[in-house]
Amino acid sequence: MPDLRDLYQEVILDHQKRPRNFRKLDVANRTADGYNPLCGDKVSVYLDVEDGMVRDIGFQGSGCAISTASASMMTESLKGKTEAEAYALFHRFHELITGKTRPQEDSASLGKLVVFAGVRDYPVRVKCATLAWHTLRAALEGDNKKPVATE
Amino acid sequence: MKTTSEALDVQSIRSDFPILGQTVYGKPLVYLDNAATSQKPQPVIDALLRFYTLDCSNIHRGVHALSERATKAYEDARAKIQRFINAGDPGEVIFVRGTTEGINLVAFTYGREHVEAGDEIVISHMEHHSNIVPWQILCEEKGARLRVAPIDDRGELLLEDYEKLLNPRTRLVSVAHVSNALGTVNPVRKIIDLAHSRNIPVMLDGAQAVPHMKVDVRDLDCDFYTFSGHKMFGPTGVGILYGKARLLEEMPPFQGGGDMISSVTFEKTIYNKIPYKFEAGTPYIAGGIALGAAIDYLNSIGMDAIAEYEHGLLAYGTEALLPIPGLKLIGTARQKAGVLSFTLDGIHPHDIGTVLDQEGIAIRTGHHCAQPVMDRFGVPATARASLAFYNTRSEIDRLVLGLRKVLEVLG
Repeated sequence: MPDLRDLYQEVILDHQKRPRNFRKLDVANRTADGYNPLCGDKVSVYLDVEDGMVRDIGFQGSGCAISTASASMMTESLKGKTEAEAYALFHRFHELITGKTRPQEDSASLGKLVVFAGVRDYPVRVKCATLAWHTLRAALEGDNKKPVATE
Repeated sequence: MKTTSEALDVQSIRSDFPILGQTVYGKPLVYLDNAATSQKPQPVIDALLRFYTLDCSNIHRGVHALSERATKAYEDARAKIQRFINAGDPGEVIFVRGTTEGINLVAFTYGREHVEAGDEIVISHMEHHSNIVPWQILCEEKGARLRVAPIDDRGELLLEDYEKLLNPRTRLVSVAHVSNALGTVNPVRKIIDLAHSRNIPVMLDGAQAVPHMKVDVRDLDCDFYTFSGHKMFGPTGVGILYGKARLLEEMPPFQGGGDMISSVTFEKTIYNKIPYKFEAGTPYIAGGIALGAAIDYLNSIGMDAIAEYEHGLLAYGTEALLPIPGLKLIGTARQKAGVLSFTLDGIHPHDIGTVLDQEGIAIRTGHHCAQPVMDRFGVPATARASLAFYNTRSEIDRLVLGLRKVLEVLG
């Protein structure tokens, strides 16, 4: 039986209670909205991208602990990264939370995001953890005509 | 142990439901998601098994023994349902896939026939999406207008505002008998009287009412009433639409196909009589028969005893939940069925659901297919424990302990 403490790690609960970069960027040049109809989670991602580099990033929205912490930690991980690095990080993050890689194999490149490894024991929560990332991708691709839906 | 406040022998009832005996993550299952779907007693499971083991055949067409048995069992089930809701005639009892299909059937037959540009349909703010979207589609198609009767902070319908919405352009009222998200029992008799005094017909979504209280469609005098088998301890994929014969007879068919016709030529088709006019194609025969078995089972306990027991359990659950720090009940109507919808300060319902699941407790989290209700109460979602007569006070106690665990892990 999976241990709840593996899912709700201290770092995750801390980011849920005090989400970082929880703000709208007035200078944003890429934005997108995401929505998970299953649980009603909503997130907006704001990016300031210049020369293919994420200069600043913020988010707003409401959601469960996993989706809020995931959005918060995503923003921390991406500042100063290139677009290509952001896509690559999403890919590795997705592999981690769906159990395709083990946390110890990829801990260096994922950094603090390895705390989400516990999600792989809760398949219904994968969408919570990836909502902000899917929204990020839509923002980077300029696909912001309608909200990204995880369902 | 039976006490004076408990009208039922719940331990004996629980032994009729094989699924309830299992453990989840090593803990005895506490199933509190009955408003989503209910569990099935052994006689219902046996009816499904028996049909496919002994009687499987198509109905209304074969001359052989199996077809005769299947037809008789299916029509016997229809008659049981007729008596259960006190419909005047088996012809008024139409088998559908569920409540959703029952509402769609009325929207796209009666609705298409009677609603024109500028007309109005009245629903309430507490409806399930299935009692909103079909009417929106109809209104868009016809250029008609959907009017929504408001509710108050307890989750009760504001009857005066509802009455003000009724006017000469109102073609139909369609409201929930019991709200799935709030548990509110609507004053349906009053709703119907107010509409009928203006010659407006009324449809009731009875999905959350029929499993929990005695429903008498003739006493209510509703024009249409629909409910799902799977929420009343029968199979998924079968439900009932009741309609007054006088209305059903003049309505066009819903779908075309086999069984709904009397004769077909390429020039003209003559439709079958009611209810068959609305039952195109081979239905879920085993499901209909098993729904009859579910009704036999409910009758063996008695709907009044069920309602009384669940009422006591709801009162107990309400008392038990309220002292939990940060807990807010969403839906505090004076007349309520067994639904405990709630939020916990600072904790998302989805997280509540995951922690409870680890404790073996099944509840629903989310918007309950009633997003306008969530918007009304300013929450994105709620956690919902919904009761059935096989639930016990000790299961409520487990829920309370589970919520304490939620606070410990996430608080």
